Amino acid sequence: MQKVFQKSALLTDTPFHYCPGCTHGISHRITAEALEELGGKQGIIGVAPVGCAVFAYNYFNCDIQQAAHGRAPAVASGIKRVCPDKIVFAYQGDGDLASIGMAETVHAAARGENITIIFINNAIYGMTGGQMAPTTLIGQKSTTSQGGRTAALQGNPIRICEMLATLDGASYIARVSLHDLKSVVAAKKAVKKAFDYQVAGKGFSLVEILSTCPTNWGMTPENSMEYVKNEMTKVYPLGVFKEV
Amino acid sequence: MANVVFNEPLCKGCALCVSVCPKKIVSLSKRSNEKGYFVAEVKDMSLCIGCAACALMCPDVVIEVSR
Ligand SMILES: Cc1ncc(C[n+]2csc(CCOP(=O)(O)OP(=O)(O)O)c2C)c(N)n1
Ligand code: SF4
Repeated sequence: MQKVFQKSALLTDTPFHYCPGCTHGISHRITAEALEELGGKQGIIGVAPVGCAVFAYNYFNCDIQQAAHGRAPAVASGIKRVCPDKIVFAYQGDGDLASIGMAETVHAAARGENITIIFINNAIYGMTGGQMAPTTLIGQKSTTSQGGRTAALQGNPIRICEMLATLDGASYIARVSLHDLKSVVAAKKAVKKAFDYQVAGKGFSLVEILSTCPTNWGMTPENSMEYVKNEMTKVYPLGVFKEV
Repeated sequence: MANVVFNEPLCKGCALCVSVCPKKIVSLSKRSNEKGYFVAEVKDMSLCIGCAACALMCPDVVIEVSR
């Protein structure tokens, strides 16, 4: 018998601290596997966010700089400019990327920084206990939209991929999901493609991964996957929004 | 012939592996690990086809698959 699946060498042996069923772990795995396929950990530098993935530096077997909340695209831009031969990626949640870090995100894309962002959209602030994010769906309950988000009171959800795709500096922008096996396989392909774009020097790439937060959604892991499939993909359609 | 190995101390009993197995042979056992989670298991390994669906869905990279 031959091994058909084992842990990527780009992941350390440190157990993930994420809640049971949280898809941060799947996103870590596919990111690590895509990086491994590019070859060699010495050529990779990651940037970790503030959010549940703040300890990403314990999990990825490469150099990682942890950035202040939302500043990962700026930090990654600096690292890439100083070390243009390294593959540089930022891993960020939706609170980090689309709320406090919106300016850094938009301007890194507009400048066409040759970096890759793995954007975890779980429609909520996980780490701090389930507050509303810019990506929270209309009607979705959070601790700061207890009756469900309304456009009148809390505003509308932001579609990051659609918005960034309008910027000339963006080279590859795609939205994927992890709600079933097929989508997990497709998600990994998209992440790999984003890194390929960076290696080819094409400029800013971002993959938005529709993700779950079973703990703060108050759902089982399996029902959370159903919620992504039935509700989130309606507001955040999957697809490639830019490909140069 | 196929085999899956669960790294039991790391399992959080989320059951996503249970939900994706096409042969429906993965289940949560009555055995809990040190963290207090009921760990996933395959009772009849002869039914496993080694497709690695469980491993690809596991958020904690608990599962190794051979075929
Ligand atoms: C400057 C600053 N403001 C606010 C916080 C509090 N804070 C920590 S994590 C977080 C949001 C995390 O949500 P998200 O980025 O969606 O990641 P998740 O935890 O859901 O993975 C906030 C607001 C902080 N740490 N620093
Ligand atoms: S709080 Fe939510 S996002 Fe954070 S680890 Fe738990 S399930 Fe994942």
